[in-house]
Amino acid sequence: MSVASSDGSSGSVALSVSGLGKRFGDRVAFEGLSFEIAYGEVFGFLGPNGAGKTTTVRTLGTLIAPTSGSATVAGIPLTPENGVEIRRRIAIMPETPGLYRRLSVAENLECFADLYEVSDTDARIERALRAVNLTERAQDPCGTLSKGLRQRVAVARALLSDPEVLFLDEPTAGLDPVASRDVHAMIAELGLSGVTIFLTTHRLEEAERLCNRVAILNTTLRTIGRPDELRERLFAKALTVRTLVPLSEPESVFGGLPAVGGWRQDDSGEYVVSVSDPEVAGPAITRALVAAGADVVTISESYHSLEDVYLELIDEDQESSRS
Amino acid sequence: MRGLSRRRIRAIVRKELRVYRRNGSIIAAMAIIPLLFLVQPLVSVLTVSSSSAVQLRDHHELVYMLGIPALVPVMLAAYAVVGERQEGTLEPVLTTPIPREELLLGKALAVLAPSVGIAYAVFGVFLVLVGLFAHPGVPSALIRPPDVVVQVIFTPLIAAWSIWIGIAISTRASDVRVAQQLSVLASLPTLALTTLVAFNVIHATLGLAVGLGVALLLANRLGWRLVSALFDRERLIAGVR
Repeated sequence: MSVASSDGSSGSVALSVSGLGKRFGDRVAFEGLSFEIAYGEVFGFLGPNGAGKTTTVRTLGTLIAPTSGSATVAGIPLTPENGVEIRRRIAIMPETPGLYRRLSVAENLECFADLYEVSDTDARIERALRAVNLTERAQDPCGTLSKGLRQRVAVARALLSDPEVLFLDEPTAGLDPVASRDVHAMIAELGLSGVTIFLTTHRLEEAERLCNRVAILNTTLRTIGRPDELRERLFAKALTVRTLVPLSEPESVFGGLPAVGGWRQDDSGEYVVSVSDPEVAGPAITRALVAAGADVVTISESYHSLEDVYLELIDEDQESSRS
Repeated sequence: MRGLSRRRIRAIVRKELRVYRRNGSIIAAMAIIPLLFLVQPLVSVLTVSSSSAVQLRDHHELVYMLGIPALVPVMLAAYAVVGERQEGTLEPVLTTPIPREELLLGKALAVLAPSVGIAYAVFGVFLVLVGLFAHPGVPSALIRPPDVVVQVIFTPLIAAWSIWIGIAISTRASDVRVAQQLSVLASLPTLALTTLVAFNVIHATLGLAVGLGVALLLANRLGWRLVSALFDRERLIAGVR
């Protein structure tokens, strides 16, 4: 990944963070963060409550000064002097939309279009409203909108300035499934249109569905990578075998088969067979089961969700903090 | 300081004025204080007989009405920052490129315009009512050109000073009600000064007027700088530093 040039847009790194940390007195909000995000990437930032996700966004958005490390945001070094210039190039959608409830949707957007000093204000507002399917509600006071619609207005507001990097802080927090689905569709569309998105969430299925890469934060960065990479990194590959009746001698069936590392029977009576290569082990296990006269119901590859990865890492943290 | 962006300042002013216009409690709060300041001097002036009118020459009853610009803006100014913070609307504004100097100037101008408008309007109504209903000789004894000039000049100066006090408290307070109560308290010295001048306890002279005018001009300029320095983005967003 190449380093961003000074104008930001011509390089391939939208966000570069090196050893970044923030303390409030003795309390560590986050520390030692290092990662890079490419332009056009949808990057998920996961972590439990209090992990430092929102503080990280606020720090990268120049609302809070870091206490250690350095970063480059949209090609601009993160320093107090560069705050205005960075904020010109990014947009942040905080967890709560923060709309002026007595103003209409259009008036809210007009105010922010002027704060960003965008040209052709009316056309920008129109385009942003179209992007979130709210053209019909432009004249409605924001206080009369549902939570989901307010969230959409906040997304429209964030899009007004055509940001190089868009920070979305828990965009679906508190939304019902239908409203969440709408916001997901919008984020997916934005990702496809090339906007760099930094998405903080603790909804793992959201990150799995939308993000090219994810990082898991629990004050420190626990891991970073593509969701499938993280699964492979943390969990051994396995095949799950379900038989109609338990095998009389499972060791004689699974032992010594090619690409099989071991096996265990789980609480539901299924056999979980650790394998190095499912495509080699699968047919061999099937043949061995048939030869042993077993009544096979299913053989499937074990799937570990991002949630498994997340819980594994967070559990590790909790155990180490207890010990 | 970098060049100020008129467009961004205008955006804040317009937004604030729209919010005030649609908020009944703000309009009520802005209306009650001027009414109090109108009724009391009006009653006392209208009951003065023609034979006693000459005594009015010893007082500067009109200066008493400078209490309106001293008190009317503080409630709004005290809400300006901490109110937005409590409503959750401050953070999105702070994520935009607007520097704090522009944000605060926009907020101050948005409070100044209606406050000065109301103060002038109430003053105008007072003069009209006195002209129409006071006993003969009273209007000429009461309404003297220097007092009218003082009213016209000092109304915006005092309003601006009250606004900077209110905003300064608002940037550091964590609760709207506390900010408003402290701001009213902080504007009492200004009110006391105008009242003492009105009742001739402090003798009004041209030198005093010029001195106070220059002091208020400087204080307002300094107030903007000082409040900008007090405006701590991080503390306002995170609640701690």
